[in-house]
Amino acid sequence: MVLAMLTAFLALAVFGGSVVVLSLRSGLNSLEARLGADIILVPSQAQSKVSFQNMFLQGTTGAFYMDSSALDKALEVSGVEKAAPQTFLASLKADCCSIKIQVIGIDPERDFTVQPWIARSLSRGLNDMEVAVGCKVEADVGEIIRIYDQRCKVVARLESTGTGLDTAVYCDMDTMNKLLAAAEEKGVSHKIESGDQVISAVYIKVKDGCSIDEVNSRLNGHIRKVTAVRTRSMITGVSDSLAGVSRTVTALIAAVWVLAFLVLLLAFMLIIRERAREFAVLRLAGASRGMLSRLVLTESSLCGLLGGLIGVELAALALFPFAQLIESALNLPYLMPDPGKILLLAGGTVLLSVLVAALSSVIAAYRLSRIDPGTALREGN
Amino acid sequence: MILKAENSSKRYFRKTGGANYFLAVKPLNLALSGGEIAVLMGRSGSGKTTLLNMLSGLLLPTEGKVRLGETDLYSLNDKDLSRLRSERIGVVPQGRSAIDTLTVLENIILPAKLYGRTLPVENVRQWMEQLGIAHLRDARPAELSGGELRRMAIVRALAQSPDFLFADEPTGDLDDENTHLVLSAFREYAHAQKKAVFIVTHENDAFDYADVIYQMDAGKIVSTTSQAK
Repeated sequence: MVLAMLTAFLALAVFGGSVVVLSLRSGLNSLEARLGADIILVPSQAQSKVSFQNMFLQGTTGAFYMDSSALDKALEVSGVEKAAPQTFLASLKADCCSIKIQVIGIDPERDFTVQPWIARSLSRGLNDMEVAVGCKVEADVGEIIRIYDQRCKVVARLESTGTGLDTAVYCDMDTMNKLLAAAEEKGVSHKIESGDQVISAVYIKVKDGCSIDEVNSRLNGHIRKVTAVRTRSMITGVSDSLAGVSRTVTALIAAVWVLAFLVLLLAFMLIIRERAREFAVLRLAGASRGMLSRLVLTESSLCGLLGGLIGVELAALALFPFAQLIESALNLPYLMPDPGKILLLAGGTVLLSVLVAALSSVIAAYRLSRIDPGTALREGN
Repeated sequence: MILKAENSSKRYFRKTGGANYFLAVKPLNLALSGGEIAVLMGRSGSGKTTLLNMLSGLLLPTEGKVRLGETDLYSLNDKDLSRLRSERIGVVPQGRSAIDTLTVLENIILPAKLYGRTLPVENVRQWMEQLGIAHLRDARPAELSGGELRRMAIVRALAQSPDFLFADEPTGDLDDENTHLVLSAFREYAHAQKKAVFIVTHENDAFDYADVIYQMDAGKIVSTTSQAK
């Protein structure tokens, strides 16, 4: 039983650690796919007003505005293939709003990042006062949610991305303009010095063959009061953190592996003395050395199998129900791999547990199979 | 069928006096044949158990051969030798030799079960009854006395019907009544079934049941006495 618990510990560390690392990688891939742009144009004050990165990673609510003319100006810059605006609005934790969330307005005609994601859950476009909600928003399809006393109908629930985008609500620009006006009435101002039409960000796709850095510089030089940010630089930060977490988890798994192997080795060596008499009796009864070795290896493999199954189950019990807690603790995009991958990983972990247990019992199997029955029985008595 | 030791000796690496080895059994010749009880007597440390282990296929001699018929036991690989031991050689070792997790009956049928053989139920029952342990068939070894455990080991060896049965101090834990039961069983087995029984002991009780008595001292057989059957 002790041996099974030791291998369970090994399996728990290997499976748990691997699922966390894979989830972080999936989260990063998902974030890359969802950002989908090479450059994001935001008002110059955006970085100081709200952590731009946290809006995407953690779903922090916040808003910043610039004149909508930034979109046309961006399209004038050479090397820009596509440009799509987005407008942000944070709802309130107050009577006028059902929930405190980030509302993102998109232009379905131009959008090339969010619209393909919405299209996977909704076969038509978003109509007036209709919203699509991220998978972590507590609202079902058909439900009405109130945002600044405006009734919005939920028409789609989007697939999980493992990023802060899952906590937002998406609508078209007409709906967003109505919501901005309603927010204004409630005292939440979005007014800026120049122009009435506001947007929060412009997502830019650079033409193939053009240098993203050069286009980025051109945008910064061409449009006043805005900052062009390379999405790669946002991802790089996340990627670096992910690499750090991956390294730590991998080191921990390796340490647990070595430790478990050594402890199992020691445990099997102790068993040699404890079971010497039993093996001497079997040898006297006619068991060959091969039979005795197979017996030890079969027993240790079964211990490994039992331990592996227990470990995987314990890890699953800790990881799956508490995925959100882990995500917020890690502060990184976190998206569970698909069930097929998880099953494959679980199978691999159980197999590894069996192999480690069998490997650590090889010396014990060798020594027990070469036991001198006469001496062992005399010493045992 | 005859089992023979031919110039067999056993040497252990151990500092003894001026030498760095110890000759537990000096080169000797000995033959065991069916229908005979041989008793090996000698003081502790005279090499009796070492000789028994060599003859029963459990201990490779340093020099010489042990032949069963024409087969040199130690020229066989471990798998074949183990199978041969299981089928044709029975050993009753010194001390406790039970697997605690098995019942008495399971311990008795263990050698046959290792190779997928089945023992005649009547034969097993008869030996258990003869040695007074039939009522203990479902008991665990921990519930048995030293004498009962010893008789269980003897029944285990007898029930396999080996051609050669080796018993190391088989009556050491037994009272007079059970000693008589065991030695009678050995004699019946050897004479009625024409099997060879080789008993190692330092007790004189076995004398009356022996066909041949070997006296061993300092690794050598110093005398051989044949008795009328």
